[in-house]
Amino acid sequence: MSTKFWQTLRLGLKSLLLHKLRSGLAILGIFIGVTAVIWLVAMGEGVSYQAQQQIKDLGANNIIIRSAKPPADVTRGGGFVMAYGLMRDDYDRIVANVPTLSQAVPMREIHKEARFLDKVTDARIVGCTAKYLDMNNLRVARGRFLTDKDLERADNVAVIGDETAKALFPYEDPIGEYVQIDKEFYVIVGQTESKTASAGIGGSLSAQDYNYDVYIPLSTLRWRIGDMVITSRAGSREGEQVELSQITVTVRSLDDVDETADIVKTLLERFHTTVDYAIVVPKELLQQAQVLQMMFNLLLVLIAGIALLVGGIGIMNIMLATVTERTREIGIRRALGAKQKDIVSQFLSETIVLSATGGALGVFFGFLCYPAIVGTRALMRSLFPDIIAALPSNIQELEPRIAPWSIIAAFMISVGVGVIFGLYPAQRAARMDPIEALRHE
Amino acid sequence: MNFASTPTRDAATTKMAARIIDVHKDYVLKGGITVRALRGVSIDFPEGDFVAIMGTSGSGKSTLLNVLGCLDRASRGQYVLGGQDVSQMSDDELSDIRSRYLGFIFQSYNLIAQLTVVENIELPLYYQGDISREARNRCIEMANMVGLSDRLDHRPFQLSGGQQQRVAIARALVNDPHVILADEPTGNLDSATGEEIMQMLETLNAAGKTIIMVTHESDIAARAHRTLRMRDGVLESHTPNGALS
Repeated sequence: MSTKFWQTLRLGLKSLLLHKLRSGLAILGIFIGVTAVIWLVAMGEGVSYQAQQQIKDLGANNIIIRSAKPPADVTRGGGFVMAYGLMRDDYDRIVANVPTLSQAVPMREIHKEARFLDKVTDARIVGCTAKYLDMNNLRVARGRFLTDKDLERADNVAVIGDETAKALFPYEDPIGEYVQIDKEFYVIVGQTESKTASAGIGGSLSAQDYNYDVYIPLSTLRWRIGDMVITSRAGSREGEQVELSQITVTVRSLDDVDETADIVKTLLERFHTTVDYAIVVPKELLQQAQVLQMMFNLLLVLIAGIALLVGGIGIMNIMLATVTERTREIGIRRALGAKQKDIVSQFLSETIVLSATGGALGVFFGFLCYPAIVGTRALMRSLFPDIIAALPSNIQELEPRIAPWSIIAAFMISVGVGVIFGLYPAQRAARMDPIEALRHE
Repeated sequence: MNFASTPTRDAATTKMAARIIDVHKDYVLKGGITVRALRGVSIDFPEGDFVAIMGTSGSGKSTLLNVLGCLDRASRGQYVLGGQDVSQMSDDELSDIRSRYLGFIFQSYNLIAQLTVVENIELPLYYQGDISREARNRCIEMANMVGLSDRLDHRPFQLSGGQQQRVAIARALVNDPHVILADEPTGNLDSATGEEIMQMLETLNAAGKTIIMVTHESDIAARAHRTLRMRDGVLESHTPNGALS
């Protein structure tokens, strides 16, 4: 049985090799289809993996509440100072009233210059608590992070980010040195490890780059810098008064995240006349991203399916031509005792060999997706650096991820296409009248 | 083993290789017109017979050969091949009969271009489902018998017409058939090569093979034991040939 199978396969291969160009073209259709499936899915996976990874970095258990600047004329306070955003009372209320919460981390960020001697760098001054480190998956490279004791005493201590450290202390160990912000000096107690910047998740959550940070205790920031930030522009001065920039609420159980988000929302609505905050729920974003990915994959599979369909039609076309051309051979085989099913299996095996070869080639080239895309990008970057630089970072950093299912699916589909599109020509061959077929010139 | 000088129609005493009894074949053309290609033909073919069938085109000789070759079924009547009534068999069963009990030799050789000599000879066995090493050896043996032992791996286009027809003969013999059906076996060959092929058929017949041959050349027909003439779908005449010695 199996010997006969191999025999049939071998014969099929032999017949196909008689018409190399024709067989090659038939294979090409399937090959392109399969490669397209694998590449497209790999790129789709790459994009969504990136997005999902960034969302996961935010923590699926977290609810992020950020101060958001409302339209200019509806702020609290008067004059040129704009007061808005989250308040320390909000934080207290959340901690007191949300039962499902495991922790809440308040944070205030201000962009200022950080100095050491004659060196100056733009930094994000982050007033935070000790929990900020773990919550953002940051790691300490040297020294230590802020402690509860620092907060309690509102000490002038600071932990600096990697780039800040490089800018201010290119040669020396920053630990024990000081960093100057406005007129205050802070003793550096630690330095965090470099962390890849997260891209923005759209809307209220912009890109976060932790490497230019200077962390000081929240209490210190309140006493030394204050809530108000005045920025002077040509001819005018503008002030912003914000108590907290962000509160990150961590929920104990993943199942409670949605409900907790609702509670937090209700709680904030009651004490804020305008919506001067935004609530970001990474879990929702993650789910959205996953749904989006599914739709994206579906779309890609559809497109690739069309490619394979076209390939299949190509194969059918060629097989129909082959059957007509080999009418006499069919007659001879029938006369010598071939049953209809022998003829079907002969022609079907040829189409399957064609489509499976195309499929196998497609899988092989599918695996070349990663080097091909990375290589092309490098080439483009060297040839047209301006264009590449103008592209969104998602595309610049896109790393295709080959999905194992796409390889299996693509190959199976290609063989399936062979069977489906080979069946008709094979049936047609088998149903020929042997006498007519023998007479065919 | 020598039936050569005693061609007979006496079914009672001689074992029959094939036998057709009152066979009719009607074709319905597209316009609804019925063509009666065979109108009641009865012939006995004893084992070891060598028959030539002659007739003008349209006489029904090709239809008769197709029925004998199990490529076509009679509309009415009976066809007994090697003791088996094949007149009511299904397409698959007929295929099986063809691969086991019939050997075909065609005017245009009908070898399969992409297969080698051995593979061509092997086809009937292949479709019987026998792809053993013994089958392959038997094919090589057959090739030796027709004098092509040095061309086993050649493809048909590398062979002369006579050589191709010899491959066809080897192929017709490989399954040890009840009947060998030859359709104008020398039609495409020059007379010298044709003679060679005819001698080969005579040798086979002398060894006991039953051969039914369609031809329109009377000198070729004369090489058989007897000649049947077809006309308008019926057997017109039946002449024993005394020529063979």
